[in-house]
Amino acid sequence: MTLWLMAGLLFTPLAWAVLTLLLDFSKGRVVTWLGILVQVLVSLGLWAAVASDGGFLYLLGGWQAPLGIELRVDGLAVTFVLLTALVAAACGWHASIYLDPGKPWHRYFWPLFWFLWAGLNAVWLGGDLFNLYVGLELISLAAVGLVALGGQADALRAAIRYLMAALLGSLAYLLGVALIYGQFGTLSLAGVTELINSGDVQSGLTFPLILMLLGLALKTALFPMHGWLPPAHGIAKSPVSALLSALVVKASFYIAARLWLDLGGDLGGYALAQLIGVLGSLAVIWGSWLAFRQAKLKQVVAYSSVAQIGYLFLLFPLTWGVTDAISQQAQQGITLQVVSHALAKAAMFLAAGNLIMSVGSNRVDALAGVSRFLPFSLFSFGLAGVSLMGLPPTGGFAAKWLLLQASLASGQWWWLGVLLAGGLLSAAYVFRVYRASFIEATDTDQFYHPSRSLEVIPMILALMSLGLGLVAEPVLSVMSLPFEGASQ
Amino acid sequence: MTLSVLMPVFALMTSLLASVVLFALPEKGHRLRTIINLAAAILKIALVGVMIWGVAQGREYEAAFTMVPGVEFVLRADALSMLFAGLSALLWLLTTIYAVGYLEDSPNRSRFFGFFSLCVASTMGIALAGNLFTFFLFYEMLTLSTYPLVVHRGTTKALRAGRNYIIYTLTGGAVLLFAIAWLHGLVGDLRFQEGGYFSDIDPSMQGPLTIIFVLMIVGLGVKAALVPFHGWLPQAMVAPAPVSALLHAVAVVKAGAFGIIRVVFEIYGLEAAKDMGLLAGLSVVAAFTIIYGSTRALYQVDLKRRLAFSTVSQVSYIVLGLCLFGPVGVAGGLVHLVHQGIMKITLFFCAGNYAETLGVHRIDELDGAGKRMPGTSVAFTLGAFGMIGAPPLAGFITKWTMGSGALAVGMDWVVAVLVISSLLNAAYFLPILHRLWFAEQCEPWPHERRWGRLETSAWLLWPPLITAALMLVAGLIANLPFSPLSWAELIVAREVAL
Repeated sequence: MTLWLMAGLLFTPLAWAVLTLLLDFSKGRVVTWLGILVQVLVSLGLWAAVASDGGFLYLLGGWQAPLGIELRVDGLAVTFVLLTALVAAACGWHASIYLDPGKPWHRYFWPLFWFLWAGLNAVWLGGDLFNLYVGLELISLAAVGLVALGGQADALRAAIRYLMAALLGSLAYLLGVALIYGQFGTLSLAGVTELINSGDVQSGLTFPLILMLLGLALKTALFPMHGWLPPAHGIAKSPVSALLSALVVKASFYIAARLWLDLGGDLGGYALAQLIGVLGSLAVIWGSWLAFRQAKLKQVVAYSSVAQIGYLFLLFPLTWGVTDAISQQAQQGITLQVVSHALAKAAMFLAAGNLIMSVGSNRVDALAGVSRFLPFSLFSFGLAGVSLMGLPPTGGFAAKWLLLQASLASGQWWWLGVLLAGGLLSAAYVFRVYRASFIEATDTDQFYHPSRSLEVIPMILALMSLGLGLVAEPVLSVMSLPFEGASQ
Repeated sequence: MTLSVLMPVFALMTSLLASVVLFALPEKGHRLRTIINLAAAILKIALVGVMIWGVAQGREYEAAFTMVPGVEFVLRADALSMLFAGLSALLWLLTTIYAVGYLEDSPNRSRFFGFFSLCVASTMGIALAGNLFTFFLFYEMLTLSTYPLVVHRGTTKALRAGRNYIIYTLTGGAVLLFAIAWLHGLVGDLRFQEGGYFSDIDPSMQGPLTIIFVLMIVGLGVKAALVPFHGWLPQAMVAPAPVSALLHAVAVVKAGAFGIIRVVFEIYGLEAAKDMGLLAGLSVVAAFTIIYGSTRALYQVDLKRRLAFSTVSQVSYIVLGLCLFGPVGVAGGLVHLVHQGIMKITLFFCAGNYAETLGVHRIDELDGAGKRMPGTSVAFTLGAFGMIGAPPLAGFITKWTMGSGALAVGMDWVVAVLVISSLLNAAYFLPILHRLWFAEQCEPWPHERRWGRLETSAWLLWPPLITAALMLVAGLIANLPFSPLSWAELIVAREVAL
């Protein structure tokens, strides 16, 4: 049963991608709605299955690694599968109303959207290093295509820059994979871990790990390799920006985290872990500062992603050389941060898209009077902002709390400063937007009012991000479920 | 059984749901909005009333669930939380009535009342929070829900005040979070408990616990406007009068003071806090704030700013009361939580009436206002005398109880602080009263409005009259059961464990 669900999650999006390639925008839209429904139901099914029976490891087609395709699902993977389903459903729904069917190139949105979804699921569920690479490439190419859909010259330029960074990252990763394969003769993550645990670790393996992490960090836009992200996320159509910030950057981070948790303990070291943590901290500070300085609304949101991604990299120092309990706490905090940031950032980009559409300008200053005449979209933006600031009761706060506790328990108190200062800095750029919206500029409503559905979608996402903090305990209990064992 | 779980949840939900409904209402639905507002406020008073009765009988109300691994979300009604919840429920109703009148014909009412309800929900949560984590949750929610109220007017001045407010309070919040997280890391999840937890601690813990205490006082002191963290408060005066009234009487400054009470009584324990030498430092800060606030108030020419500095001073009475370390003195501090709320809200209502009806903002424009607005001016006069501490008003009860408490434990210098502060209070309130009643009006009112035969709109007139009467009653019946003073004594007997 679980296997069928997993196969469905991989092959439905691929089938839909091919199908929508043949259709125009409007027909593709109808077909997509159906596909979204199927995907959400299957994802929920898989989540329920894992929640009741625990995780599984499958060797697809009965082939052993390295040749076979290895699928694995545990609490973490299924949480990301469900998150992807929710965010992608919201973005797809939003895009189906937001995108102008009159522009001929918009029909390519649907196939790209489905390829992206297939790639994401392949990454969450993949168990061997090569298939993870395939998933990652699928995601990158689809994402670059989506950015280019913006249509203008700027969008193309940003897309090309993004493509270069993505390819370079993939190359570094692939090189690391090849070195690992040369050493161990297997591509299965579980297999490599087993070989390392059996005792014959050979020196020189740290290099491939660093190479892979470097490539993945570039794809995740870790400071100082973040330069490609703000132009790409800022210029893309809002539903695309939402998908990119919420999900795409998380895929490469997910692989990096899996690598680190499986191999980092043996192949990594204190200095490497701390270095990654420091880069993450600098991303928090620098990204927030740049977000504060941006004149354009979507650039504020895009730079905020650079900052929020920085927190994720605290996973590395907080899980290296600490007790299992602390490591568990840190993993829970980071996962919660991934989920709450994905929901909040998707909500924020979609709300920002609505606001820009309403005021007819991309500038933060142009928001004067919005609080009076367009309260709904502003409210969604605001609620998402609360989660980004890490204020209670949001998921962002629960994540921050767990990370604070993990930092204290592991004696790495210096991350506390980053966590607290990061919250204040994000408040600075979020409140700058609120402030602009509270200015009373005009007495008459001169704004374009987007349709109700467009306004409701970001609100739903923002409320989910808010509510996540209240139900963090049950969500985390599923998230922490390990693999139960292997079966064919 | 189930009712005892549901009561605190209902009390919180009334204003939370009201807020959601109010946001959803169209801007034009004024009548419906007023009905929902008042219905929710009355329902809440009823719920809190039932809980107060139950708590007096020794019943327990508690709802809890695990929120994040290792941390619980706890709502609980005990005697102390009822003191604050009762005040907040009562003043919410009156302030709502006042705000309906005050904001008549102004834009953005849907937004205003939505956030207003959210703000009251936060104070309710602060009152009912059963552990530090839950307290912090609502403490930050209060910050967020008051920001839109402070910047409501959308003017440059309002936006600047809002920015300062948010910088102060969010930084304070971050400091508080740091302290709470650290304490949690040291000793785990602590529910508020009578007598606190640290009565016999390891000497090695003394260092970290002292630092945590200081950090907590800083974090809470920002909202309680302890000097030097009071800078945001006088600026926040640009907010509409009902907001200032609520901010000063119940919501923000009281949240800080209430948090300090919880930390001193029910986390550290009064005895332990004193033995660690923490209260001595706190009492000096509080005494300095009392004198400093009153002195600065003397020099203000704007009525609301003078009242704001008066708040800075008065809230620290509560903090100073805690440091008195005897049953009488502590009760004096606790009862001031309620007394100051009633008195200060009266004064702000009146200040708002002068501004709305006559367009008067500065004290020197008030000449002869007593004749034009006798009802408002009587309420103002009672409030001012209450602040000065004239018997038999509520403020007198506070000062008398605190003074005798201080003498009982040999802290005579506190009496001197009380006397100096009262003299300063008189020095900045009596000139206003003189202008109101005895000076002749020499210029026309800057911006006068007429409401039929009453001196001002009935919505604006009744709330200050009611609160002024309450202030008188609180003083007169101080010894009867369920008076604020008796309730404070009940808290001391039950929860402080001296």
